[in-house]
Amino acid sequence: MRGRIAALVSLAVVAAVLCVLPFLISDYNLSLAARVGVFFIAVLGLDILTGYTGQISIGHGAFMAIGGYTTAVMSRDHHTNLVVTMLVAFAICFVVGFLVGLPALRLSGAYLALVTFALAVSVPLLPLKWSSFLGGRDGVQTSHEVSNLWLYVVAWAASAILFVLAWLILRGRVGRAFRAVRDSEIAAVASGIELPVYKTLAFGISAAYAGVAGSLFVLANNGFAAPDEFAIVLSLQILIGAAVAGLGSLWGVLAGAAFVGLLPSVSSSVPVIGSAHGQDVVFGAAVILVMLVLPDGFAGLLARIRRLARA
Amino acid sequence: MTALLELEDVEARYGPVHVLHGISLAVDEGTVVTVLGPNGAGKTTTLRAISGTVRRSGSIRFAGGSLNRVGPDGVARLGIAHVPEGRGTFSELTVSENLRLGAYTRRGSIQPELDRVFSYFPWLSERRRQQAGTLSGGEQQMLALARAFVLRPRLLLLDEPSLGLAPVLVAELFRIVGELNEKEGLTVLVVEQNAHLALQAAAAGYVLEAGRVVLSGSTAELQADDAVRRSYLGY
Amino acid sequence: MVTAATSRIEGLRNGAAVPVVSLVLIACATGLLVGSLRSATFAQLTVQGLALGAVYGILALALVLVYRATRVINFAQGELAMATTYIAYQLIQWGLSYWEAFAATLAIALVLGTVLELTLIRPVLHRSAIAAVIVTVGLFVLIDGIVNWIWGGDFKSMPSPFGTKIYHVGGVSISRLYIGMFVVVIIAALLVWVLFRFTKLGLGMRAAALRPAEAALVGVRVDWMLAVGWGLAALLGAVAGLMAEPSQFFLEPTLMQPILVYAFAAAVLGGLDSPAGALIGGLAIGVSLNLVVQYVPAISSELQEPFAFAVIIGVLLLKPSGLFGHREVRRV
Repeated sequence: MRGRIAALVSLAVVAAVLCVLPFLISDYNLSLAARVGVFFIAVLGLDILTGYTGQISIGHGAFMAIGGYTTAVMSRDHHTNLVVTMLVAFAICFVVGFLVGLPALRLSGAYLALVTFALAVSVPLLPLKWSSFLGGRDGVQTSHEVSNLWLYVVAWAASAILFVLAWLILRGRVGRAFRAVRDSEIAAVASGIELPVYKTLAFGISAAYAGVAGSLFVLANNGFAAPDEFAIVLSLQILIGAAVAGLGSLWGVLAGAAFVGLLPSVSSSVPVIGSAHGQDVVFGAAVILVMLVLPDGFAGLLARIRRLARA
Repeated sequence: MTALLELEDVEARYGPVHVLHGISLAVDEGTVVTVLGPNGAGKTTTLRAISGTVRRSGSIRFAGGSLNRVGPDGVARLGIAHVPEGRGTFSELTVSENLRLGAYTRRGSIQPELDRVFSYFPWLSERRRQQAGTLSGGEQQMLALARAFVLRPRLLLLDEPSLGLAPVLVAELFRIVGELNEKEGLTVLVVEQNAHLALQAAAAGYVLEAGRVVLSGSTAELQADDAVRRSYLGY
Repeated sequence: MVTAATSRIEGLRNGAAVPVVSLVLIACATGLLVGSLRSATFAQLTVQGLALGAVYGILALALVLVYRATRVINFAQGELAMATTYIAYQLIQWGLSYWEAFAATLAIALVLGTVLELTLIRPVLHRSAIAAVIVTVGLFVLIDGIVNWIWGGDFKSMPSPFGTKIYHVGGVSISRLYIGMFVVVIIAALLVWVLFRFTKLGLGMRAAALRPAEAALVGVRVDWMLAVGWGLAALLGAVAGLMAEPSQFFLEPTLMQPILVYAFAAAVLGGLDSPAGALIGGLAIGVSLNLVVQYVPAISSELQEPFAFAVIIGVLLLKPSGLFGHREVRRV
């Protein structure tokens, strides 16, 4: 019961802060907050995959690319409502993720990481091939742009909806199956859980989340989608976000999203570091440090604190 | 005669599970000592405690020095050869490479050691290039033993050498161990399920049950003991 | 624990698979030879493919060494190779001759790789395998940032180690550069082979990678062996970077990024735990990339990386342990 109340309270606090924030901060910081929201969705998706089925993916940038391009192309060609494009991105990426999940079934740790890495590098290059439809190197531009406020509201509204969705999925039968798969595949199979279905499902859901994040990512990028925007670094950032987040904690995912969304911008304001590459140095070093000190991420830290508090 | 190996109140655990609850034993130099007991008594764990491959506490002294902070590779460098359960041979490597690994801690040429070993196991010399994994179970056990000998150890830790071996090979194995003990003064601590054989080969023994020493003494004493005769010797 | 029975079967199974694969490879090699004799373009592409493939192969070898030793995929292997190439560049700027810088760079790479494993990977390896992968990812970003920070992202020029001479053999132009790349890689690979087969250190490293617990029992300092494995991998990566640079004409920070993907494909193709497989896989990838881009219209040069990706997927679906690998890849 105590856990329940604590969870609801923390949710309420987060919701309250999010509602009040736009009135308190500058427009630029609002765009940063929106960015964090975008990463929240992506990291949440990856967390579902890794946390609950133990599968690792370094390819979620590819799904973001698919989602982002979906939004850009639909907007450019049909002037579709942007939120509608996000729903479409969700659906498309779910299907693609499911299809990717099928061969992924047969792979373990290192191999899956390799495959998803290759995916992350290759998918963003596909527009170069089909340049007439997908814009080639010059990319695709949405028909109109959105304000930072719009971005903020939609990003965090989507985050809230997707978070609740994740919670609903994970508390039920599906969630139990996910956890069983993570803890012991052999035991899970023995108790009759159809592994293939749940693993592929996890991949699909995870990809769908990344797709939505991708749509928002493009919109946050002045509505511009191009291969260079979805370079491998993006997938690495999401992975890092998930690692910093740790498994199974809302606060963790927030911490991970904030780490990835804010650190580059924050470090750019520090004098010596300034340049874009200085940011990478700080980011890379920070990641390594976090892994050395907190291999279980922020969630692990929280768990440790809780255990200490109890003892 | 001071003991070559002395264990005092040694406890060991695998994670949260305590397996040894205060083992004390001593092995004099130049003797063969055996450790008997049922499955799960902690016999294998005792050997692992000595070679440092399990978390342990208590005092372990070898040749006057403490082994408490020494890990398995340090233990090997001090002249203790541990032939574990499952033999510890490298199936992927050749017989020759396995033997060379046995002499890993030695400097300089190991040819004299190899020759010595081949004199005890002549058939090994023909199989030098054969992949160790393609040898039969018995041959692999012999290889494990040979590899331990190449080190010219002061103390040999043998874990269930007779497991899965044909009786003829087991007899041969114990014969060689005995020969090395007599000719070279090799000290041996052997864990065995086959109490019969062990008590024939050894000079003294310890009986373990549930992580504690319940009986100890010379083999004559143990063979005469009623409990031992009933549980382990079958009569 | 491997019982005698299963290890015997393993030995037999491997014995059966290798001849089949070797036959396939010989058939491919013959095909290449025939094609080269009939078409000058084909021959040139094959030669170039072999040279580039050698580079992919040596980087793949580095990946395999690291994987065998620590069961970690080092995603930063390419960036590390790129960074050591920049170090060579800097040494040359400071006055060393090319080959002096080459040797010095290899030594620096050896130390760097060892130190990285000791400080960053080992502490994390015990806690969580995924965390170790994340560390390599962090390294990827960190090294990329450091190189850009110190040297900037513009193109740098390095002296060509083999000159620009081009040989003409029966109507086919073969650049000395390609011969040089190939030869250097083969020499490096041979030296590694000698190290592992004939030296005590090599034996210790193999034992530590195969069965760390049993290796410790014979006195092998397993932790050191793993660190040296990383050092050796970094050294091979330096060779890869130094040989890759002249083929791209310029040195710039993204030098090794596509090559890393090809190296992954090569390692998977050859078997993640097979050093020979990595090299052969590299050559195969190098040659097939060239030929496919030329002769298959649908696949243009931008699609090389997706092609490599397709190779990875294909291999993992059909023969997960690769051409020469042994290890179990699949899960339940």
